[in-house]
Amino acid sequence: MVTSVTSFSRTGLSDWLIQRVTSVILLAYFIFVAFQLGGSVDYTSWRELFDQTWVKVFTLLAALSLAAHSWIGLWSVFTDYLTERMLGAAGNVLRLVCQLCASLALVVYVIWVVVIVWS
Amino acid sequence: MLQVSLYRYNPETDDAPYMQDFSVDTGGRDLMVLDVLELIKAEHDGSVTYRRSCREGVCGSDGLNINGKNGLACISPLSESVKNNKVVIRPLPGLPVIRDLVVDMSLFYAQYEKVQPYLQNATPAPAIERMQSPEERAQLDGLYECILCACCSTSCPSFWWNPDRFIGPAGLLQAYRFLADSRDTATDDRLAKLDDPFSVFRCHGIQNCVNVCPKGLNPTKAIGHIRGMLLNRAT
Repeated sequence: MVTSVTSFSRTGLSDWLIQRVTSVILLAYFIFVAFQLGGSVDYTSWRELFDQTWVKVFTLLAALSLAAHSWIGLWSVFTDYLTERMLGAAGNVLRLVCQLCASLALVVYVIWVVVIVWS
Repeated sequence: MLQVSLYRYNPETDDAPYMQDFSVDTGGRDLMVLDVLELIKAEHDGSVTYRRSCREGVCGSDGLNINGKNGLACISPLSESVKNNKVVIRPLPGLPVIRDLVVDMSLFYAQYEKVQPYLQNATPAPAIERMQSPEERAQLDGLYECILCACCSTSCPSFWWNPDRFIGPAGLLQAYRFLADSRDTATDDRLAKLDDPFSVFRCHGIQNCVNVCPKGLNPTKAIGHIRGMLLNRAT
């Protein structure tokens, strides 16, 4: 049975709002990165850029936004297509497995970003 | 001769649905799709089953999928429906078929019931009527005209996948019809019941509902207003 238990915030409004706010943060970050890549990039300048605290914070914010945004989107997809209604009892198992894999991947990505940027 | 391909299914005799072709003599007239179904039933096969009543786009009984687009058969002229002298008629998508073109609307009505589609006002009723200004009354335009034909909800993928949880465009249009009514005092209670991840927020704004509504209504806009009201209520 599809329920809201595994949704990001349990309420539709919060999920909807978080998805929109995170999309703005991601857009700002991608424009920032694109702008940086538009100039001449070498190891030294890239390293200097990411040595700045505000860039680290911005990058972490973008990574967290990506994780939240992805989870809300993937949760919608999983609860649309991988359901008991669509696939029988196997739908519930498949959905939970996919949700587990997706959440694990997102947690790993966030930790990975922290390790890369802050170490 | 117009070529008509009809979805046929009788659960008592058929193992699976199938399409049956008919050649119908329309006499060169620009009939409505419902007229063609009447001709088939009268002259070709009396067992063809469909719903109909007013035959003028008021009752909402004959919502069908006509050449891939939902609409009311009684107000869909052949000149707008036929492609290459052929029309394919199927039942409304996403709902269980009872027989031929007749679908079980229970899920659709269950969602409609959820939004409590009636005026709620806790204050004592006045002697004559609850008054509205012309401006307050105008807020209901584009909402009250819905005839519950289900063309919109059954064209919505979110309703196909979660018809038991997503209220669907028709139900949400009616939800907003009462949220927007100056005489209704149950606004907060109504909004509280809509603030879950499924009831409203499964709408992704693809506007299939707007595209097919035979009354020219805009459920997506109403859903946007509901989102706005939920946001205002929470902040």
